[in-house]
Amino acid sequence: MSRHAPLVHLENVWFGYGKRPVLRAISLELRPGQFAALVGPSGAGKTTLLRLLLGLLRPTRGRVLVGGQPVEGRPTMPVGYVPQLNAIDWTFPVTVEQVVLMGRLRHAPYWPWYRRQDHERMVELLEQLGIAHLRGRHIRELSGGQQQRVFLARALMADPELLILDEPTSGVDMHTAEQVLHLLAELNRQGKTILISTHDLNTAAAHVPWMFCLNGELVAQGPPEQVLVEEILNRTYRADMVVVHHNGLRLVYQKPHGHSYHDLLADKVPP
Amino acid sequence: MTELWRPFAFEFFRNGFLAATLAGGLCGLLGVFIVLRGMSYIGHGLAHAIFGGAVVAFMMQWNFYVGAGLWGFLAAVLINEMARRTTIKADAVIGVVTTASFAVGVAIISRYRRFTRSFDAALFGNVLGVSPQDVVVVAGVTVLVTLMILAFYKHLLFTTFDAETAHVYGVRTTWVETLFALLLAATLIASLQILGVTLIAAALVIPAITARLLTDAFDRLMLLSALIGAGTGALGMLVSFYADAASGATIVLVQAAGFGLALAWRGLRARAA
Repeated sequence: MSRHAPLVHLENVWFGYGKRPVLRAISLELRPGQFAALVGPSGAGKTTLLRLLLGLLRPTRGRVLVGGQPVEGRPTMPVGYVPQLNAIDWTFPVTVEQVVLMGRLRHAPYWPWYRRQDHERMVELLEQLGIAHLRGRHIRELSGGQQQRVFLARALMADPELLILDEPTSGVDMHTAEQVLHLLAELNRQGKTILISTHDLNTAAAHVPWMFCLNGELVAQGPPEQVLVEEILNRTYRADMVVVHHNGLRLVYQKPHGHSYHDLLADKVPP
Repeated sequence: MTELWRPFAFEFFRNGFLAATLAGGLCGLLGVFIVLRGMSYIGHGLAHAIFGGAVVAFMMQWNFYVGAGLWGFLAAVLINEMARRTTIKADAVIGVVTTASFAVGVAIISRYRRFTRSFDAALFGNVLGVSPQDVVVVAGVTVLVTLMILAFYKHLLFTTFDAETAHVYGVRTTWVETLFALLLAATLIASLQILGVTLIAAALVIPAITARLLTDAFDRLMLLSALIGAGTGALGMLVSFYADAASGATIVLVQAAGFGLALAWRGLRARAA
């Protein structure tokens, strides 16, 4: 595979649950070394698109290629996948170490335990992510940022070229979301290709150099400076959006409605 | 002390004791996966399904283990597939498949009333019915299940924790789930004589949740649950002898008492901390 062949390639992909199409005629490419975010409102098909890439769903029409190979069952190339944190069973009896080692399963020996080099790789990654001291802890005893790092470590254990993260910044506070994105930027600098889904436009715009705006179909793609304009955002979110420029930052908000709760609850709220 | 060894003078007790210890350990081991997957009801359901298979096997004069085994495995696969392919939830599918299968057994028995007595043992468990051949079967299944769980430990752990992500990381999850259904069916059939159809679910669930109260690490949980299952199986058999009560019932009561102790211990520890 050449250096510039796309790592992820969708060709006219359609998908629907039952009769209602969730994704319509999606064609997109992600090249090696890219760091991109899928943005769009809830129900836009962000998670569905990621699930197609991972082989958890099959397109009703079109082709999905990862690493140049069609995805049948699962990608042939190792992909580091970090699911949404709220999909994890936090009461499950596993320690940080046990979760992280799961990522090594493709390289694992036949006997029940992992090899010494797998343990060494794990320690290395935990140190790199600053969570080596949590190794023996139960996963419930972690903060949101630590949880995200543990699952990122598991993904990196697979030695993937491509990292896919489903909503890595949701369910954590703003400071933690910031840290997670800085970590991803660092991994991207080290050569990992990264695709995340997020509904947090402003944080994504400040950290991710490429955006796919999704709302059933691919509305637009490009660097945040080109994509975060009112015309595109209105089509993506089907709402009136306003882009505010502040100290060189681009901030996106839903346009104020010209009414307040006083108008909506006039008889309940004392004037 | 010699009083404690008295029952071991009887061959039926020695057989029953061995079988109960092994069956308890076996159920404890597999129970961990069942409890963690939130499928506590499956053991109860499958045991009922297997009862139907056992009655049919008896009628057709097939070997009990072959007939009941095949029936139980097919029921487990049917449940898995129906839950996956339709919008019906797994617990409801279990309810339909296993109760219908149990009903087949009950219908046949009520039609031919002369069988009724011998099937009491299948419902509530009976040590008197344990033959040396049954002990060999339980021992064989114990070895098989232990080896399989060791061989696929990493795959089972990942699939139980998060099946979808496991799939992405290269685990053949459908295969793992089929293997698990097979091991579960084998375990239920091997343990049915001792524990009985109606009580076996407890033997699958109680050791696992008791162990869960005592540890947060998966590997220790499996070992502890198997040990608790085996220990309570052995103790329950002794109690059953002296109390002259059904073996399945006494084993489950001993397990419930153990669970109560673990709860109390945790409560005390939490207060001390």
